[in-house]
This record gives sequence, C-alpha cells and structure tokens, in this order.
Amino acid sequence: MNYEKKSLANRIGFWVVLGIVFFFFMFPLYWIAVSSIKTRTDVISRVPSYIPYTQFQPTLDNYTSILLGTTIESDTGVRASADLSVFRDRLTNSVIIAGLSTLLAVILGTLAAYAVSRFHIRGESDLMFFILSTRMLPPIVVLIPIFLLFSNLNLRDSYPGIILLYTTVNLPFVVWMMKGFFDEIPVEYEEAAMIDGYSRLQAIWKIVIPEAIPAMAATAVFSAIVAWNEFVFANLLNRTYGATVPPWLNSIIGVGAVEWGRLAAASVIFVLPIVIFTFLVRNYLLRGVTFGAVRR
Amino acid sequence: MAGLVIEKLSKNFGKTAALSNVSLTIKDSEFLILLGPTGAGKTTTLRCVAGLEKPNQGTIEMDGRLITKLSPAERDVAFVFQSYALYPRKTVFQNMSFPLEARKLSQTEIEQRVNEIARKLAIDGLLNRRPAQLSGGQQQRVALGRAMVRQPRLFLMDEPLTNLDFTLRVEMRAELKRLQNELAATFFYVTNDQVEAMSMADRIAILDHGVLQQVDTPENVYNHPANLFVAGFVGNPRMNFLDCRIDKNARVIVGKDDLWRISLTRSLFEKVAQHKGGGEAVFGIRPEDVELSNEAETDMIRAEVYVVEPLGDRTIVDMRLGSEIIKVKVAPNFEAASGDSLGMQFDSERFHVFDKSSGEIII
Repeated sequence: MNYEKKSLANRIGFWVVLGIVFFFFMFPLYWIAVSSIKTRTDVISRVPSYIPYTQFQPTLDNYTSILLGTTIESDTGVRASADLSVFRDRLTNSVIIAGLSTLLAVILGTLAAYAVSRFHIRGESDLMFFILSTRMLPPIVVLIPIFLLFSNLNLRDSYPGIILLYTTVNLPFVVWMMKGFFDEIPVEYEEAAMIDGYSRLQAIWKIVIPEAIPAMAATAVFSAIVAWNEFVFANLLNRTYGATVPPWLNSIIGVGAVEWGRLAAASVIFVLPIVIFTFLVRNYLLRGVTFGAVRR
Repeated sequence: MAGLVIEKLSKNFGKTAALSNVSLTIKDSEFLILLGPTGAGKTTTLRCVAGLEKPNQGTIEMDGRLITKLSPAERDVAFVFQSYALYPRKTVFQNMSFPLEARKLSQTEIEQRVNEIARKLAIDGLLNRRPAQLSGGQQQRVALGRAMVRQPRLFLMDEPLTNLDFTLRVEMRAELKRLQNELAATFFYVTNDQVEAMSMADRIAILDHGVLQQVDTPENVYNHPANLFVAGFVGNPRMNFLDCRIDKNARVIVGKDDLWRISLTRSLFEKVAQHKGGGEAVFGIRPEDVELSNEAETDMIRAEVYVVEPLGDRTIVDMRLGSEIIKVKVAPNFEAASGDSLGMQFDSERFHVFDKSSGEIII
C-alpha cells in the first residue's frame, strides 16, 4: 500500500475518531448551555431544538431570575417553590468553601509530602499507605459519624466545619501527588541552596516551591473539583448557613415543576469557575500530570 | 587559613558503615583529591564536610574553627555537584548571584562579582540563558562560577568532570588546576578517576570501604603504594599480582613453580625480617616494569603471548604463564602475535611484595 495514502487514511480516521469523542463529551455541555437560554415552553418542547435564533428565540430570563432573585411568573401558572434568590449566596459559599479547602489541602499536603519525600521517617511506606487508606472508605459510610461529630462540635452549618472536612478529604490525594513530584525533584537543588547560604525553609521557598508549582496547580484543580462538586456531606451538614450549590441544584429538581431552564442556567454558572480555573492553569496542568512520566 | 582537619570521622547508614575513623588534614591552598572506587565513601566524606550529612563520630575543623555541628550555610564552603544542580528556573546570572544574595551584598557589587567571574570562565555571553539551554561543559562552568563568586577558601567538588565527554574532561582538568593555582584556594576534590587524581592533585587520599588507605603525593602513591588495594587501584593497566614467598636465603620466589627468584639486598631483607605476618605474600609488578624480548636469554622466563592490545601510543601484551596472565606495557612498534613464545623479565628494582592477609606492603 502506498505510504502517502495510508497516512491520509490515518489522518482522516484520526479526525473522525476525534470528532466522535469531542461530540460525546461536549454535547451534554452544549445541551445544558442551550437549555439555559430557552423559555420554559421551548425547554420542555417535545421537538428538540438545538440552534438559537433559527429554531428558538433565546432569552436570558433564566439567568436574571437566578442571579437577581426575581421570581418570574411561569407561563403554566405554577410558581417554582424552591427559593431562587438564594442561588447567589450558595454560589458565594461554594467559592469560599472550595477555594479555602483547596488552598489548605494543597499547602498542608505539599508540606507533608515534602517531609515524607526528603526525610527518613520510620515506617514511611506504612504511613503513606495509612494516608491513602483514608480514601478507600466510601464517604457515605462515615456520613452518620461525621454528622454526630459535627453536631457535637458545633461545626454544622458553618464554614470551618465543611472546609475542614473537604481539606481532610483532599489531603491524601495532595500528599500522594506531591510526594511523587518531590521525589522527582533532585535533592541537590536544595542542598546547593543550603550551601549557598540559605536555611532549609528558604531553600524550599526559593528553589523547591517554584519547581513544584505546576504540580501544585494540577493537584489544586483536582482538589477543587472534588470540593466544588461534593453533594452528600454538603446536603446533610450545611443546610442553612454555608450551604453550597450542588444540594440546591437538586432541590429545584425535586419540588413542584422542574425549572429546567433555570436549572440549566445555574449549572452553566456553576461549571464556569472550574472551567476558568482549569483554563488559567492549563499550561501547568499538562506538565503537572505528566510529571515524572517523561524523562527530563 | 582554609586548612581542613578531619578527625576520626565515622558515618553509618543504618547498619552499614560508610566511613570509619577517617582522619585527614588538608593544607591551605592545597589541591587534595579523594580517590576511590564507587561506594568507597568519598562523597559521604565530602557531604560531611559540607554539612549535608551528619557524621556519627568525629570532628571537622576549618581554619581552626570547629564546624562539625554547623549548618551548611554557616560553614561557608562552596560545593560543586556531580549533577551541577543548577537552579533550572534561574538564568545563569541568577544562578551565580544566588549565593551573593544570601550574603546581602549590594546589587552593584553582585553584578560586578558575577561579571568578573563570568569573564574569567568565558561564560559572560551566556548570562541570560537558562541551564537547559547550555551544553554540559557550559553548565559545568556555571556550576564552578556559582562556587567561585563567593570567594570561598574551600571548594568541595564531587566528581565535577564525570558528566563531561572525554575531550572536554581533559581540557577541564588543566583548567581546574590553573584555576586552583590562580585562586590560591583549597580544593577538596572527589573522583573515581585515577587519571584525574594523578594529573591534578597535590596529594591524593585513597579511600576504600570507608577506610583511608593512603595519603601522599601522586608520585608516591604510584611508586610506593601503601598496600595491595592502592597498588591495584592506581595505575592502568593495573599492577600484576602473583603469589610469592620469601625463603630463608633472602630470596623472593615468585609463582607456584619457582617462576622467578630474586635475591634481596640486605636492607630490603631487613625490611622483610621486621615484618611480622604470615609467610604468604603477593608479588606485584607494574606492566611497564616487565620487559619482553624475542631473544631467549637464560635468565628470562618463557611465556606465551595471549592477547595483543595495540593502543596507539603503547601496546599492552597479555602474557600467559600457566594459569596466570601478566600484562606488559611495551612500545607501540613491538611486534608480537598470539601464540608467540617470548622471553620475559621483571625489573629487579621496581617490584613490590605485599603481605597476603593484611595487604600491607613489605617491600
């Protein structure tokens, strides 16, 4: 067979597969985005419509209603019973809780990982396994103990409680990821810095952390996604003060008529911060994830 | 000044002893090379001096100041790593200015010093590059520069030339020696390359299994090795070793079948007599101290040519004598082929006898 032809066929095949994969992953997102700008009638129409302006007239009502808290009389006469005006508060809570817990998990986990990577610790592999083992339990199993614990410690319906919880959930992941990265960073860098006249902490801050930033960014993205999406504990622990978006999304499905348009609008807004964060650190992300996989 | 006194240094990693009782004095402005095979504890010694490793026992003194318990930063020594350990995110300039920033020098002084050293090392055109954009030789110079900007009195170097290609290594050997002269600084240099040691060092310290074997000038290490290990480690090809014994008539009898015998002079015999130890001994002779000849003379040993290795500037001939192989260094124009029978003679002035059990030199 002609090499050129084979190569052309290969390339076409490549793009076809890529197209299918792209469609497979992106279509749900597109559907949500499109639904968020439909009127109530369009969104529940039996004939699906995909393209704004040609197939349906787009509207921003869903966004204004959930962001400004204005209640729009729906055309069926049924009022959405879930309180739409709390969305903004919920979103703020989600940002604060996911942000702080990610920050804490990455800082604490990075320091722990550095220590495990650089110093001789008795039973190091057992310790690392213990840290990992905290992730092996399905979270739902500890739901009731955590609920009782938080009730007794007065941590329910508060920022510190849920932030602490998410930090704890993400720490093992951060420790494991970062230890892998630190193992890859030659010890000589710090040793050179210490000989050059710096303390170990200065050496870490000036030399090791700049090296670890891609890894920290990658780890932060994954931690943030976990904290951002968490539903079960958020639903149970923070019902009023410090309540996050995921349980709220669920609640507007469950009560009365489903407000698909607003649900879609809320979902789009909810997805945006993670998309933006991932986009900002995308350059670090690939390096972070493939760190150690490629010989430098 | 920057003399270094290492006293009874011991270091264990778990149960394995990396260093035992190493005592070594390095004089001011001396180029001392610590030579030994891989795993001998050379790097550990250097790291103890730098403060990167805590010794289990022993003291380290620099300029009469006890530094054993000081942190690396407080010791004020420079260290050149085998991997260079250049900071990958910093430019060459930033790499070199980093140790000066720790000393809180003014920006103008930092610039002045970095530029001066960069010119001296011919890397002043590279100051804005990052380490990844440099060749191995350039990285090596930057690593040296980073050590030099601080104007330390003691340089610690851990196999700095090992990662360079051969021609560059030869070049850098001469350059390092020149630099050391020019800076009049003390160099404590670690290598497993005996050629580096022989060519650069004022004195060589030979380490094996964490035990110091001999500290002496290159000439003395070569010509008067302290023991079997040093004799075998220094010199290429290595010294030939054959079993031997010394009889009552002051003769050294080499080989199982009385291959060669030599009568000892009185002074040599006295040395032997003073030596306490088992009767078994090892006869050692360097390849260049063996002579080969086509003309069979009566006092020559007949041996068969096993392999001929022409190396250009010299030729190594492996001679087979029973089960033993003796390497002989001959002139490149010497003609021999495998299977030839040749006469072989040992230089009766330039041989050594070692105690077989302790390895110590007798003659």
